[in-house]
Amino acid sequence: MGAGRRILITGVSRFLGLRLAKALERDERVEALIGVDLHEPPVGISGLEFVRVDICNPLVARVLEATRADTVVHTNIASEPARFGGRAQMKENNVIGTMQLLAAAQRSGYVRRVVMKSSAAVYGYAAGDPSLVPESHAPTAGSLTGYGKDCADAETYARDFGRRRPDVALAILRTGNIVGPTVSTSICDYLSLPVVPTAFGYDPRLQLLHEQDAVRALVDVTLGDVTGIFNVAGDGVLYLSQAIRRLGRVQLPLLLPAAQPVAVLLRELDLVDFPIDQLRFIMYGRVLDTRRAKQAWGFAPRFTTEQALADFRDHRTGGEPVMDDEHPSWERELFEYLWRRRDARLHGSTV
Amino acid sequence: MRPEAEVIPIEHAPSRARPERCRATTSSGRPCRNYAIDQSGYCRVHARPQTASAPAPAGEAGARERAVSILSGIAAFVRRRAAGDYHVDDLGYDPDLHRSVLLPLAAPLYERYFRVRTLGLEHVPAQGPAMLVANHSGTLPLDAVMLQYAVARHHPAHRPLRCVGADLVWRSPVVSHLARKAGNVVACDEDADALLDRGELMGVFPEGYKGVGKGWANRYRLQRFGRGGYMELALRRRVPLIPVAIVGAEEAYPMIGNIKVLARLLGLPYFPVTPTFPLLGPLGLVPLPSRWIIEFGEPVDLGGYPEDAAEDAMLVFDLSDRVRDRIQQMLDANLLRR
Repeated sequence: MGAGRRILITGVSRFLGLRLAKALERDERVEALIGVDLHEPPVGISGLEFVRVDICNPLVARVLEATRADTVVHTNIASEPARFGGRAQMKENNVIGTMQLLAAAQRSGYVRRVVMKSSAAVYGYAAGDPSLVPESHAPTAGSLTGYGKDCADAETYARDFGRRRPDVALAILRTGNIVGPTVSTSICDYLSLPVVPTAFGYDPRLQLLHEQDAVRALVDVTLGDVTGIFNVAGDGVLYLSQAIRRLGRVQLPLLLPAAQPVAVLLRELDLVDFPIDQLRFIMYGRVLDTRRAKQAWGFAPRFTTEQALADFRDHRTGGEPVMDDEHPSWERELFEYLWRRRDARLHGSTV
Repeated sequence: MRPEAEVIPIEHAPSRARPERCRATTSSGRPCRNYAIDQSGYCRVHARPQTASAPAPAGEAGARERAVSILSGIAAFVRRRAAGDYHVDDLGYDPDLHRSVLLPLAAPLYERYFRVRTLGLEHVPAQGPAMLVANHSGTLPLDAVMLQYAVARHHPAHRPLRCVGADLVWRSPVVSHLARKAGNVVACDEDADALLDRGELMGVFPEGYKGVGKGWANRYRLQRFGRGGYMELALRRRVPLIPVAIVGAEEAYPMIGNIKVLARLLGLPYFPVTPTFPLLGPLGLVPLPSRWIIEFGEPVDLGGYPEDAAEDAMLVFDLSDRVRDRIQQMLDANLLRR
């Protein structure tokens, strides 16, 4: 690819796009860095050429031509409806945006590599799914809604694109739930609630990907040459109940009929930007099999799920535990009480 | 005159050689009425605890020490759980909860209520991947719980047995996460491979719903062994396959009827009617105290088959049938033995 890569990043003002740009800004393998988004990135990035354009707009094709980008990194599939002013706009951005971007990339004579950040939500959430979902897993019929469906649609366009332009290397990353000190995702908001509502009778396994590992994976795939679909997630799991306890929060199990209104309320109060259709997530959870990524480019997350959660807990502001971790006082009191009772009984019976 | 019938007074009846009564006193304070089993002078129930408690430190100091260790054990467990300070594996097995809560809960059911006897436990390997193939019966899958208990507590290696469970288990609230925490996984190729990759002991009930949901009239008659998926897996992975016969589960919940309309309404594979179930309400969920035997058979040798044996559907069915026959024989033999 000659002197260096010319990389165009969509969603550059969002967490992953921004951090990817930041990681690539001083990389000698990169010749030019172009960022595309509706809003300017909150932090200055040296050498970044920012273009304010909506990817739903055909103008994006002009940008691709003008900048002669050879690598397109699409990180703009969003899961937080509030950011876009509602689910309809979010869907517009996710589906139509991807479609326009890929149509532009298909037309472009410069593009050699496309990387798309999708999500584990494409697998849907169903009770009988494999415990460790491989890339080949097809979602159970009817279990795909909202964000998951957006991702699945976007991936379909990506596959169509791959078929039409076999000369372009295409990589799709399906990331698990991302947490960390700075990232803002719905799972972060959810776990930051002082009282965490859960579905009664369900305790899903959580698999958390640390934000740094997510960025690192994106950098590796952008600059590398792997093609195909890859699950990207942290190692190990925690139960939701266990994670809540580790965070020192209080769990509030709700019967399922009550869970829906509570989810709506949380969203209305601006506490959690949690798509309501992802309620099934807190029932069944989703754990990914990441062996393919490990083999393909040696993906090795530095944080396990447990470490990622600990890092999240240690760095989060306002993360004061509601409950104390240690309970030595009541234990001692219980012991002393039992001994007093016993001594009194022994004394009484012998005298 | 006919001679009078000789009447033997009861006091002088020639007594059969009767062993002595047990020397222990029961928890209610009365002398135990069981017969002593040997020279020790204690019965089957009291023999073990009497000998086991001998080496424990005597006196108040000893009692205090023991009580402290038990209490602090419980306190440590509660503290660990409250802080979330325990580790679970990728597939969701929670050893801490399993050993400290779930197994002790199953213990009285296994040891006292069903009085389960195990045979051939030595056929279960102490390490490495292996597959236990068992018959499934008894309306509610209590047999899986008892089998897990048998391997976890009575096998010297104390291995967790990781059973594969059907969809219904994973859809049900409460049951689903408890089943997962006890080490069970979803019945699919990915999970089965994941278990064997990790060198775990895997439990399969190839009869599935057909087995647990069969009527009383079909008791101890093995149903079709699914689609032979377990045999394909065993051939592909070349793991030892151990046939297991479980006797007793059928009588725990004898299913004498099936209300199909209700089953369809509730989305269940069957809606059981037992002598006690809908009749006594939730009380009908208490199993009957049948006596159980779990026999572990000799491992089936799969070594002599070609590399691609798993691809040969005919061979898979044939081998599966043979395993099924073997389990049926074990069942019949144990029914006679009981």
